[in-house]
Amino acid sequence: MELHRDDIGARLGMWIFIFTEILLFGGLFLVYAVMRDRYSDEFHQAAHQLNAFIGTLNTVVLLFSSATVAMSITAVRKGEKRKGVLFIFITLVCAGIFLFNKYLEWGHKISIGLYPGSEMMIGLKHGYILFFSLYFFMTGLHMLHLVVGSIILTIIMVKIQLGIINSGKYTLLENGGLYWHLVDLIWIFLFPLLYLIT
Amino acid sequence: MSHLETHITDYRVYGWVLLALLILTSITITVTWIDLSALTVLVALIIASVKSFIVLRYFMHLKFESGIFTVFIVMVLLIYVLVIVLTFFDYLLR
Repeated sequence: MELHRDDIGARLGMWIFIFTEILLFGGLFLVYAVMRDRYSDEFHQAAHQLNAFIGTLNTVVLLFSSATVAMSITAVRKGEKRKGVLFIFITLVCAGIFLFNKYLEWGHKISIGLYPGSEMMIGLKHGYILFFSLYFFMTGLHMLHLVVGSIILTIIMVKIQLGIINSGKYTLLENGGLYWHLVDLIWIFLFPLLYLIT
Repeated sequence: MSHLETHITDYRVYGWVLLALLILTSITITVTWIDLSALTVLVALIIASVKSFIVLRYFMHLKFESGIFTVFIVMVLLIYVLVIVLTFFDYLLR
């Protein structure tokens, strides 16, 4: 006798978790909206400091990685194990590229003394401080999600390879994919609101 | 329900979805070069919403899930919109 399994219930559970994430980031977007209204000129000027090219590059990388995760579900469900592993691997490479770009981006800002709590930032106008604080906090929290997602996808990749995740049992892969798409969804809003308001 | 369980999305569909998302991204970037003043945020948010809709529907498989998932998501978004509206009532009428 097989153990009872409820795949739809498992996915619904994942969605309920995603709702809490949406409200978590939602709160930050709300702070952003009010502060941007109050300090709109300073927000616009401060955004000039952000590297829109790296932002755009990371957007493309994330969208691409979202597609490869979705494709790996197709591969696993068709029983194409090697392709499934490969698609997850490509996703992880994309995550690596994203993190490397973030390292360059943040590294540059930190090297010129622009980071929360720095002498330079404390001396800035109020709107600038708010913008950069929100920038570091929101992209930082997003990056944390990306790292967690990468760990989850690594585990999933191993499980596909071992056959634990297969064409008959792939809910973990689907839920891991949902998490990854959430990371993408958040970036879809972060990118224009932080990088493109100049 | 059996239809919901058996649908496997073709690779090509994801290819097209990715292309659509990339085109929308390039539109977002192009629009920022044109000065629309107050409309800029609105346009950016509309495009981001369209992209989110595509991601939710295709990548996150809502198209093939039971309708209850969509109902839940719409409820969560309504709650969030309500919070935004109430906050701005407080902020703007203070």
